[in-house]
Formats: sequence, C-alpha cells, structure tokens
Amino acid sequence: MATLGELERAVMDLLWERPEAITANELRDLLSQRPAADGRGTDVKSLAVTTVLTVLSRLEKKGLVERERNTRPHRYQAVTSRAEHTAELMLEVLGSAPDREAVLARFIGTVSDGEAETLRKLLGRS
Amino acid sequence: MFATSWFLAALAVALAWPVPVLLSRAAWPARAPFAALILWQAIALAGGLSMIGAMLCFGLEPLGENLLAGLEHLIGIALGLESMDTLGIWHAFALSAAALLLAHLVFTLLLTFYRIQTQRRRHRDLLHLLSSPSTDRPDTLVINHDVPVAYCLPGGSRSVTVLSDGLMNLLSPDELRAVLIHEEAHLAQRHHLLLWAFAAWRSALPWLPTSKLAQRSVSSLIEMLADDVALREVSRATLVTAIALVASGSAQLPATELVATGGAKIDTPETTSARLGRLLTPRPPLGRGLQALVLGASALLLAAPTALLIVPGVFS
Repeated sequence: MATLGELERAVMDLLWERPEAITANELRDLLSQRPAADGRGTDVKSLAVTTVLTVLSRLEKKGLVERERNTRPHRYQAVTSRAEHTAELMLEVLGSAPDREAVLARFIGTVSDGEAETLRKLLGRS
Repeated sequence: MFATSWFLAALAVALAWPVPVLLSRAAWPARAPFAALILWQAIALAGGLSMIGAMLCFGLEPLGENLLAGLEHLIGIALGLESMDTLGIWHAFALSAAALLLAHLVFTLLLTFYRIQTQRRRHRDLLHLLSSPSTDRPDTLVINHDVPVAYCLPGGSRSVTVLSDGLMNLLSPDELRAVLIHEEAHLAQRHHLLLWAFAAWRSALPWLPTSKLAQRSVSSLIEMLADDVALREVSRATLVTAIALVASGSAQLPATELVATGGAKIDTPETTSARLGRLLTPRPPLGRGLQALVLGASALLLAAPTALLIVPGVFS
C-alpha cells in the first residue's frame, strides 16, 4: 500500500498533466492504470475512492488543489501549474529574479585585479 | 553589587557596539572561521547576559550582596513575607526591565524557531511533490528549474540537499561534487542552528549594531567553513569556479529573508566576494597560538559576567 505522501505525489502528477477538472472516481481509475513508476511500485490497484478523497482534501488544505463545488460529484483540478509551483519554491530560496551579469559584475568589482583575472580565466569555458 | 552593575553595563555597551564593529572589520576571521564563529557566539551570549545582569544587579542592590541573596529576598517580597520598603522606584524599574528583556529574548527565540519550522515544513511538502530523488546520491533531491541553485533543507534525519536541473547542466561533475560537499557540510555541522539563534538575536534587538553585524558575519563564516570542508576533496580552482558559476546564475537575497524561508543557504554578493577573495588569494590559517587566544577570550567573555553575577562579593 502506498503512503499518503506517495499518493499525494501521484495525484498531483496526474492533475498537473491535464488542464480540465476531474472527479475522484476518474482519478482513482487513472491511478489504478498508472504503471508503477520509478520501480518503487506504488501499489494503487486496490485503492478506494475514499482514500483518493482523503488525499484530495489534504491537498486542498495545502492550497494545491481546488474543487468545483457546483457540480456533483465534485471535480478537482490543480490550482496552478507545476512550473509555477517550482518557480514559487525557488523564489523562496533565491529571492528576486536572477540577473547573472549584474551579480557577476558586482563581485568582480569587489575583488582585486589579479583575482578578477584568475576568475575570468577559470570561467573562460562557459 | 553597585560596582558590578556598572561594570556589567559597560561590558554590555562594549559588546553591543565597538567590539562587534571592530571584529566585523577584522581580516583574521577569514583565516580562522571556526574560532571567529565561537567568538561571535560568546559576544552575543555575554552581551545578552551583561545587559540583563546589569539591570538585575542594579535592581537587587538594596536586597543583598550578590545575585542569589538578592533574588532570595526578591522572592520573599513577591510572596509577601518581606517588606518592599527597601526597594526604591528605580530598583523596581530596573528589575522589571530585566525581566521584560529576558522574556523578550526567550520569546523571540521561540517565535523564530516556530516560524522557521512552519516555513520549512511547507517548503518540504511542496518540494516532495515537485522534485525527484537523485539517482546517484542519497538524501539528494533534484528539482526541475533552469536557474542553477543548490541548498540544503535541515530536518534531522530527513535533511536533504536540493539541486536544480540548471545547476547540473551548468557544472562539471567535479564542480557539482564541490557544491554537494559544501551543502552537506552545512548539514553535518548543524549550521542552521547558528543561523536560527542569530536570526532571533537580530529580530529581538534589530537596532543594536551587534545583532546585524553578528548575523552577517556568522552567515559568511559558515560558508567559509563549508568551503574548507569541500577543499579537502576538490581542488581550489574547481571550488572557485563552482561558486562563481552558481553565484552569477542566481540573484541573492538579504540574509534575514533567507533564514525566514528555512533554507540554510545564505549568500549575499558580499559573502560571495569574501569567499572568492579568500580562495583566490589563500592566506595561511591563523597560528595555533592565536586561535587558542581567541577561544580563551571567548571563554573569558562568558565566564566574567557569569562569575560577577553569581560569586558573592567579588565586586562589591
């Protein structure tokens, strides 16, 4: 049996792949068809819809999944794309948008001429 | 007690302003990052201790000849067993200020811890959905992102190092190894605990020169320590190239915000140039004698206010 963390991952992977919202039942079927990826074999053959709903509500609480409430059964979709989530995560680590040249110029400006020369030589390949 | 409180006040002022300013301008810490790190911790601890101690001694002065005797009488007063006539308004004021400052420091420390933990947990949750485990290195995650970035996410046995695709494309295998060893050194040496303490110290007393200078120096020193670990396994040129490539591929944030995100990676352009300068023009490490002197000074710095507060009649 797959852990909740692995299931969350599998569910997000599926939701990120498709633009349209899908129901928990459809999601369960897709999860069951999915080949065991990366050899770790997340066994989801015997997955119950209630488990999928649990995973979905956890993901909803984390702000990753949204639910269309005006349809029955509810349909679920990812809040934003995988790329946007990655960008957001990297922003936490890096801060503002990267400006390669400016940063390099700035620290070359603070080292001595000899050091800057050595650095340029080392970086020459790129 | 009166002389003690003045001495502690003078020590508090010295440790809040001139001492950290001088230390942050000194060149030797780059040659002895470990000793310098210990000294910064001693300055912060002794600084806080003498600030609180000075007010405490002043406030308890009419109650006893040392801290313990004074506190005993204070408890008596609080329980209504003794009269509080001996305690003047200024003494009461100083005691309240000492209690407030202590509470403020402890509270800020805990609040900072809670904030870092929350952010780290959220970061880890997202990370596990977005990244995949590295195929050839344990406890390493790879994330799909073009910007070259490497950082470590501390969390006890769940500590991981995170690399981006951009980084793996940019660096040669040797350079990548340098970056990985560097990040793993941060985790192994528990640098995130130091960053936590100094981030709390700074948000508790943001207007003191010492807290800002200490945080900046400490984040710089831990990078140097991690670089030194990497140098044991890769060449200087490899490490320099890796640092320069990573730094030029990513813009940086002021240290505080990065601490707040819970990532242990803190690099400002100033830190990067200090690291690069040190690697490009290597200077011999500080002599053993001098390093011992720094460590001795750190110990003395901590012992002096502690002894003054506790040992009866040392300074009265």
